Amino acid sequence: MVHYFSYRIQFIAIAVSLIFLFYIGRLIIKGKLREEYAIFWVVSTIVLIIFSFWRRGIDFFAQLLGVYLAPNLVFTAAIFAILIYLLHLSIVVSNLQEKIKIMARELALLKKIIEEIKMNSEAEKHISDDESK
Amino acid sequence: MKLAVIIPAFNEEKNLEKLIDEIHSISIQDIQIQPIIVNDCSTDSTAIIAQNLDCILINMPVNVGIGGAVQTGMIYAYNSGFQYAIQVDGDGQHPPKEIYKLLEKMKISEANVVIGSRFIQSQGFQSSGLRRLGINYLKLIIKIFTGLTITDSTSGFRLYDRASLEKICEYYPDEYPEPEAIIYFHKMKLNIVETAVIMKSREAGKSSITLLNTIYYFWKVSLAIFFSYLKL
Repeated sequence: MVHYFSYRIQFIAIAVSLIFLFYIGRLIIKGKLREEYAIFWVVSTIVLIIFSFWRRGIDFFAQLLGVYLAPNLVFTAAIFAILIYLLHLSIVVSNLQEKIKIMARELALLKKIIEEIKMNSEAEKHISDDESK
Repeated sequence: MKLAVIIPAFNEEKNLEKLIDEIHSISIQDIQIQPIIVNDCSTDSTAIIAQNLDCILINMPVNVGIGGAVQTGMIYAYNSGFQYAIQVDGDGQHPPKEIYKLLEKMKISEANVVIGSRFIQSQGFQSSGLRRLGINYLKLIIKIFTGLTITDSTSGFRLYDRASLEKICEYYPDEYPEPEAIIYFHKMKLNIVETAVIMKSREAGKSSITLLNTIYYFWKVSLAIFFSYLKL
């Protein structure tokens, strides 16, 4: 009975991980997810798949690292990975914000220059029109 | 000599017309004054109103914050060959008739940056008690990091010469830029002096620093001062 339930959760874990991997692949192919950001997701999905098949794996690593309860190792590792990834995203956002600011500045100045050139050429046109009369 | 009056404006439709009129009404010997409004993607009719005023108008395509708007105006002034540029906020706090005081101070002291301070002579609008407490705190940390006594470090009423304009083109903080910019100018070996001016309270609209933002303001400014001290 116990074995029946634990096999069922293993099957679900494998299925979910594979669907997740497939979905990430689709996002990359469609160009909705850049490869550099996808690395994290692909690696973490592969880790999930490995541990879905290798059922003793988590216990093995918990024992290796001296963690008393195996699920604690899972939580610690997951939270750590999430924090690092959040920091990475904050860096990406800061970088983008800086770039947008520079773009906006250059765009505003360029628009101003174009406007001035237009006004000058129109003024010149008026002068030459007046002269030809 | 040409002086650019840079006016960063975000939703200042009620104040701009009066401000531009006041700028045109002043005359300083040997100085040709050119107002430049930088509209930081306002959501009200600032752009339409500014277009019909006698000034140069630069429209930001997206909202970049006051520092980004000021920097854009300063780059324009630098590229257009202005000898001086002064920041005058769009909310009417900085009376244009006080501009001559900063110019005179720059001539006498040969400084690169002149800051208009409302606390040297305690006249005019003095701002609320809580804000004054904060300003004293900023005064202390700026003293620690630069050795300079700046009585009014949050004042945006500042006159720049070509040397300091060039440095602003390279870098200017984007959010609550005033105190951090002092550290930057000091690091760039520019001379900074203050002169007494009389400021007014805001004419219309609300200040960018509300009570809710105060904690964030001091956190951000303290961090920025500390890191810009380390960075350069």
